[in-house]
Amino acid sequence: MNFELSDEQRMLQETLSRLLREQYPFETRQKLLQSPQGFSRELWHRYAELGILGVPFSDEVGGFGGGGIELMLVAKALGRALTLEPYLATVVLGGTVLATVDSQRARSLLEEVIAGQTLLAFAHWEPGERYNGAILSTHAQARDGGHVLSGHKAVVLHGQDADRLIVSAMTREGVATEGIALFLVDPRSPGVTVRGYTTIDGLRAAEIQLESAPAELLAAPEQAAQAIDRAIGYGLVALCAEAVGAMEVICELTLEYLKTRQQFGVPIGKFQALQHRMVDMVIRLEQSRSITLLAAAHVDDTGIDRDRALSAAKALIGKSGRFVAESAIQLHGGIGMTWEYSMPHYAKRVVMIDHVLGDVDFHLDRFSSLMEVSAA
Amino acid sequence: MDIHYDEKELAFREEVRQFIREKLPPELAAKVKSGKRLTKEDFLCWQNILSERGWLAQHWPKEYGGPGWGPVQRHIYEEEAAAAGAPWIIPFGVGMVGPVIIKFGTKAQKEKYLPRILRNEDWWCQGYSEPGAGSDLASLKTRAERHGDHYIVNGQKTWTTYAHYADMMFCLVRTDPKAKPQEGISFLLIDMKSPGVTVRPLLLLDGEHEVNEVFLENVKVPFENLVGEENKGWTCAKYLLGFERTGIAGVGQAKEWLRQLKAIAAREKNNGKPLIEDPSFRARVAAVEVELMALEMTNLRVVADAEKGGAPGPESSMLKILGSELRQEITDLMRRAVGPYALPFFPEYFDTDQPIDVGPEYAPPLAAQYFNHRKVSIYGGSNEIQRNIIAKMILGL
Ligand SMILES: Cc1cc2nc3c(=O)[nH]c(=O)nc-3n(C[C@H](O)[C@H](O)[C@H](O)COP(=O)(O)OP(=O)(O)OC[C@H]3O[C@@H](n4cnc5c(N)ncnc54)[C@H](O)[C@@H]3O)c2cc1C
Repeated sequence: MNFELSDEQRMLQETLSRLLREQYPFETRQKLLQSPQGFSRELWHRYAELGILGVPFSDEVGGFGGGGIELMLVAKALGRALTLEPYLATVVLGGTVLATVDSQRARSLLEEVIAGQTLLAFAHWEPGERYNGAILSTHAQARDGGHVLSGHKAVVLHGQDADRLIVSAMTREGVATEGIALFLVDPRSPGVTVRGYTTIDGLRAAEIQLESAPAELLAAPEQAAQAIDRAIGYGLVALCAEAVGAMEVICELTLEYLKTRQQFGVPIGKFQALQHRMVDMVIRLEQSRSITLLAAAHVDDTGIDRDRALSAAKALIGKSGRFVAESAIQLHGGIGMTWEYSMPHYAKRVVMIDHVLGDVDFHLDRFSSLMEVSAA
Repeated sequence: MDIHYDEKELAFREEVRQFIREKLPPELAAKVKSGKRLTKEDFLCWQNILSERGWLAQHWPKEYGGPGWGPVQRHIYEEEAAAAGAPWIIPFGVGMVGPVIIKFGTKAQKEKYLPRILRNEDWWCQGYSEPGAGSDLASLKTRAERHGDHYIVNGQKTWTTYAHYADMMFCLVRTDPKAKPQEGISFLLIDMKSPGVTVRPLLLLDGEHEVNEVFLENVKVPFENLVGEENKGWTCAKYLLGFERTGIAGVGQAKEWLRQLKAIAAREKNNGKPLIEDPSFRARVAAVEVELMALEMTNLRVVADAEKGGAPGPESSMLKILGSELRQEITDLMRRAVGPYALPFFPEYFDTDQPIDVGPEYAPPLAAQYFNHRKVSIYGGSNEIQRNIIAKMILGL
């Protein structure tokens, strides 16, 4: 076993961290948050130049040739800077789908993504199904030699920013084999309605309604299932690592505050009740780092160990994230409740990560069903 | 011992229920139940209705205009009001400065301010906390110096809830900088329209404007606005803190939110079945309800005890801790119940009666409400401070 990063991995992490430290201070982030676009196109192009948009993809398509660990490093850095750009939607979810689908069309689109020219959104989950993507009402029909889709996709991350939507839909015999297939949809096509909004943690998402919207088949059921599974796996690693990055900052800011804020003539960090809470936060953070590493190391495998690691990670992150966020607010007192200060914004993101790609209960449930139980 | 309501109490509950049914405007109740932002007018509307009935000043002695209720009556009112969606009573006037004036005020102060509080003519705010003085309130620095028949006040207050609505502020100021911290503090009433008073909003993490910074620059305050003796303000403050913590258990509100949580979880689906039937979610809801059943009893026991001994004692700290953490737990479950639809955020939701066209209609306020209610374990004496009080005053540690 060896927990050391390679030189290449360390360089990736340092390059991105430096860029964000220099160009993405909290004040800049807050300005972007209030802007109509909601994130920085300029930064997106810098990412492209530095190869950040290609991190989890092979060098054949112009990628960095990285895997789960490299993705973890990137997402953690993004979490530390509380970035607003559509990395999860475009690169991690959309990009992974494209990288898994073996077609000329997918490959050329992925090249555009890596070059920063195209933004994607992954329109998969539907209203009333919470985090369960196995049951879909959206369906595809053959029409004029192509396909049309009808249905409603819920809380599609960065749905309003995407140049192309990757949409899952049920197919019937005659369209492809029966099952869930993946399609490309141009959001400007007739029959597509995109209702965009901001989320409580400052990001963007949309409801997407499809009414006989023209669509291009991207992957037939068997391949689609594989692509969706891989995309969600990468998505879970990215979200967990982003949460770890944000939790690191929360812990650093809180520790600093405990050492500087004076009440009763001493720094409040002298109060043992607060010391213990701070210690528990740091312990949760360490556990979060470990489980995320485990998930990142397994994400490129197949089989039950991978699924177990991914669900274990998301469940633990959900629980720890809430504890760290709530504790940090509490230990700050009134300041921890304010818009002007950065920490509460990190706290919001960490808590809301539990609402993306399955919450604590969803993943504990999934883990339980995969858990090894030896016969008595 | 009998833990059931007796005939008289049941009749009282019926009376309260009927009164609220007749008087509470349905639009207002709908706003409260759907977590909308209440305006100053909304609060005043309900408080005027209560005032007319003589039910506003629920803690005041009868001779000052209180309804003469005991703890059980107040508990019944709280529960019925929350269940019906009545706004909570803004405490700063009737619940805080009122009792202090009754206990420590001069005859002139009583005659001037108490009737105005009863008629909702002054909106009060609480000027205690400062940037450097939160939990350690006695370290406050805002300075009041005597010049003839008035004080000149300089300093800064912060976290002042609804200062932007307020006509008056009750304020702790330092009148003797040489004395020990607690001994040089006085309790002053400041007219918010006085020259030199500036109110600046401080937005909370969910974007809400509830609290403010209040800057005091050479503010002239007549000497007659001193409550109690000069340098004895800490006595007033401590007396008031006891009142601040009654009703802080928030049992009525917790019960109403638990009902809402169950209703939401019955409508949300998980794997095709109502979420409330999901064993792990159901167990979380059950655990909260068990805790709430006990808290209702603890609340009644503590408050009934306090009734015998005057102002509520350190036991009320227990209610503060339990009540705040329980309500926080319920807001947590509400946001989780709606799954991905906790994410969409519509600031306009809070001010309009237009429905939001995204997600279930009950979802829009839930995440913001969860974040906003982190405050209840911070204000009114943080839960750490409450635990310190219990350790010291009750357990003798
Ligand atoms: C939404 C909101 C509304 C408010 N409204 C008002 C208002 O209307 N008027 C008003 O005057 N104030 C108001 N407050 C202020 C509130 O009373 C203070 O925030 C509170 O007293 C805590 O003070 P602080 O924020 O300075 O935190 P600090 O006192 O700095 O506390 C920071 C942390 O240290 C802990 N701590 C401090 N001392 C100790 C100790 N001895 N032992 C263990 N832990 C300790 C605290 O519990 C907290 O976790 C409001 C606050 C909020 C958030």
